[in-house]
Amino acid sequence: MKLIYERSQAGRRASALPRYEQLPSPPELPEDLRRHEPPRLPEVPEFELVRHFTELSTRNFGVDTGFYPLGSCTMKYNPRINERLAALPGFARLHPLQEEDGAQGALELMWRLQEILAEVTGLDAVSLQPAAGSQGELTGLLLVRAYFAARGESEQRRKVVIPDTAHGTNPASVTMAGYELTPVRTDARGNIDVDDLRGKVDEHTAALMLTNPSTLGLFDENIEEIGRIFHGAGALMYYDGANLNAVCGISRPGDMGFDIVHINLHKTFSQPHGGGGPGGGPIAVRHLLEPFLPVPAVVRRGEGSFGLDYDRPQTIGKVRGYTGPFGVFVRSYAYLRMWGPRLREMSETAVLNANYVLARLKEAYDLPFDRLCMHEFVLSARTLKREHGCTALDVAKRVMDYGFHPPTIYFPLIVPEALMIEPTETEAKETLDAFCDAMLAIAREAAEQPELLKEAPHHRPVSRLDEVRAAKRPVVKYGFGEQQAADEGESRVAAAAEAPKGA
Amino acid sequence: MTQHPFVALTDSDREEMLEAIGVGTVDELFNELPEAVRLGRELDLEAALSEQEVFEHVAGLAQRNADASRELSFLGAGMYDHYVPAVVDAILQRGELLTAYTPYQPEMSQGILQAIFEYQTAICELTGMDVSNASGYDGTSVAADACYVAKHTTGRGKVVVTEATNPQVRQVVKTYAAGFGLEVVEVPHRDGTTDPDELERAATDAAAVIIQQPNFFGCLEPAPDLVAAAAEAGALPVAHVDLLSLGVLEAPGRYGAALALGEGQAAGNFTSFGGPHYGFLAAREEFIRRMPGRIVGETVDAAGERGYVLTLQTREQHIRREKATSNITTNQTLLALGGLVYLTWLGPQGLRELGETCLSLAAYAKQRLEERAGVKAVFAEQATFKEFAVHVGRNAREVVAAARERGVHPGYALGRDYQGMDDVLLVAVTERRTPEEIDRLADVLAEVTG
Repeated sequence: MKLIYERSQAGRRASALPRYEQLPSPPELPEDLRRHEPPRLPEVPEFELVRHFTELSTRNFGVDTGFYPLGSCTMKYNPRINERLAALPGFARLHPLQEEDGAQGALELMWRLQEILAEVTGLDAVSLQPAAGSQGELTGLLLVRAYFAARGESEQRRKVVIPDTAHGTNPASVTMAGYELTPVRTDARGNIDVDDLRGKVDEHTAALMLTNPSTLGLFDENIEEIGRIFHGAGALMYYDGANLNAVCGISRPGDMGFDIVHINLHKTFSQPHGGGGPGGGPIAVRHLLEPFLPVPAVVRRGEGSFGLDYDRPQTIGKVRGYTGPFGVFVRSYAYLRMWGPRLREMSETAVLNANYVLARLKEAYDLPFDRLCMHEFVLSARTLKREHGCTALDVAKRVMDYGFHPPTIYFPLIVPEALMIEPTETEAKETLDAFCDAMLAIAREAAEQPELLKEAPHHRPVSRLDEVRAAKRPVVKYGFGEQQAADEGESRVAAAAEAPKGA
Repeated sequence: MTQHPFVALTDSDREEMLEAIGVGTVDELFNELPEAVRLGRELDLEAALSEQEVFEHVAGLAQRNADASRELSFLGAGMYDHYVPAVVDAILQRGELLTAYTPYQPEMSQGILQAIFEYQTAICELTGMDVSNASGYDGTSVAADACYVAKHTTGRGKVVVTEATNPQVRQVVKTYAAGFGLEVVEVPHRDGTTDPDELERAATDAAAVIIQQPNFFGCLEPAPDLVAAAAEAGALPVAHVDLLSLGVLEAPGRYGAALALGEGQAAGNFTSFGGPHYGFLAAREEFIRRMPGRIVGETVDAAGERGYVLTLQTREQHIRREKATSNITTNQTLLALGGLVYLTWLGPQGLRELGETCLSLAAYAKQRLEERAGVKAVFAEQATFKEFAVHVGRNAREVVAAARERGVHPGYALGRDYQGMDDVLLVAVTERRTPEEIDRLADVLAEVTG
């Protein structure tokens, strides 16, 4: 389809702005500061605009469109009430620098959300400020730095331990926080290899970063021993909350021994992901880390009055503007209030759904760790690849032809040809069965008609896209007719890059 | 217990599923969890509410806020009450866009991917840059991202930020800099703007110099001179700009900035008590492989048809891990899409008219406040865009409180961030403020400062 720039016709417009006749003409701007060439923004009437973006939406697939078992992304239903509430003028048109007495409702909502998240994580204090999970990670690591600096141990403790199953954000955050990475292996049952760990944790260790259940969808059976190892060495434990949807009301990170947790509001607590954001990455911590939390803190000042506290001399500072992505808080708060203590039922159902899909699929695909899973699980297309030449990528593309979003693929990295499946609690059994039937049919097709997989998808607006070409000769903006000629005669490369595709 | 509306399974579904799994109860699914780490009690939370109940409760909280529909607001200081057209809401509420994840599977996500490509194009057009990412968290974190790019490009160990840059931005840069191992140096303003010579001296051995145009006081910096001063010192010049000023103010790419970035809220998003919004980040072509975050590129499908994919992913955390250019994954795509819809709605004509209207209204406001309220512009010599600072003759926070009692929020008390500016008010005027409303502000200020 056309780009909006290709629909543009000089002289058209969608906006009419107010004109204030009594105003003087605008003051002259200095010659060297004034714009000389107008930006080539699209020129379309309003209806063309609506048609264009509506057409784009029909070329996109959301969880509202259909089943979306993208592992580690928790693609659950996003209740519509969330949107109505976030759009109320009392929230949408509230300025972040409004005086406290003019923002009591917003501050109370944030304070109440903090209280709920503290209870769900089993920790003492919460900052809602980080904008996403990865920013929560960085914030958590900066807290670790500040904590050890206050103890005079910042030179000594330089290492952060991360298992080989971790999300890529964990090691990236470690580098951004100025730490060194110590990788640790996974054992034959899918737990952290505790023997490997023992040899790597010492007085130079600052922290562990762990997702539990892990990205394999497995709860680490040795979590108590892991806690003893880290706390015994004087180090801290960081919990990547990407998989919190498995354990709400069942097991809390604080009770597992973790000192810092980030929560992905856009996964567990129903903030819609918007095709790539916004998210929310609040962090919850033990009392000993509270003095270092970002400013301002949202506090209750007694008798129903709420405020922003900047008087935190040991704070790490600010990681984001103002007090965080407030509209996300409104949505997650509403969602949490609709569950209350029944959150346990949410997680139980997510785990039941995942185990059911696992039970139906494990004969047709390789299962690297044969255990009950938590809210997600990882299969491998290794045998399909060896015997029929069909990769995890081919399976994923074929899933599209059955009307489902594919699972996460090629992640975690320790499982070859990984297919990571997370159904979430909101799906009906009929949907799960239809997906399982499709996955079983695809496994048969791999044996009988492998080209059906290799040439998939067949029924999407585009067929398989050439990612290698995109990276080799990057075209990252419209050329306004200036670059098309140069593209003629370029050969096409069919192979797609085998990059992880998921959280 | 009644069936929860967000769960589909019935009791008989559960029984069938447990049987297929080969366990007797749901509890057995959790047998691998050590006893000591189980909660063993109900979560101590208030009972679940119905949708109607949660609406009444949360709407009640919203009622207790003095938003810009209840107060006549001249509050800006980085977040602005520009009009958001209905088409933005309508497009952002399309479930296919609203409820999609990051477009890892391009054949499922051509809508979002093409929209991001169009957004990147708009940002490049506005800023005069070659490459834009798909968005960052906000106008503060993208400034920190730019410092990371500059550190790796130059190998230098400090960054310079003008004191006239938004304090929120400076605070976030300082927080991140601790992790990056960068020292942060601030250059004071001189009568509301930054002196190029002073900036050049400070920029010696700096990786980057961050300037803001228009700056936090609303004044127009001598941005081309500042950028030249930074470049002279071998630092990457980074311009923090207001997208909506770029219909009338020069594109930073045209005066030599290496990176251009800022807060996208004003373009297409509500103030929403600080978020979610989007930060935009654009750069000259030479920085493309150091850019943080998602970038969408054009390609073709197996049939030779044009399509879009996430590209240059070897920069990113899911492949490069600890060597990535950033840890970012979830960004602000939906809000950036709001920005694209808004900028499309404006078009080049609308953008210029909007800028001119802001200029005219702010000039009118400055004049009326001086005439009718007797306040004095603080940096009278400086050109401004949509915001300006005035002396109010007494503590500006008290002025704010007194004016709010009369239903007018007169602006931001600069003493909250700057020493020696306790009597200074920063007044923002967008196209939503009419001349009559500006007159009302003048009358109220006359009363409360008199």
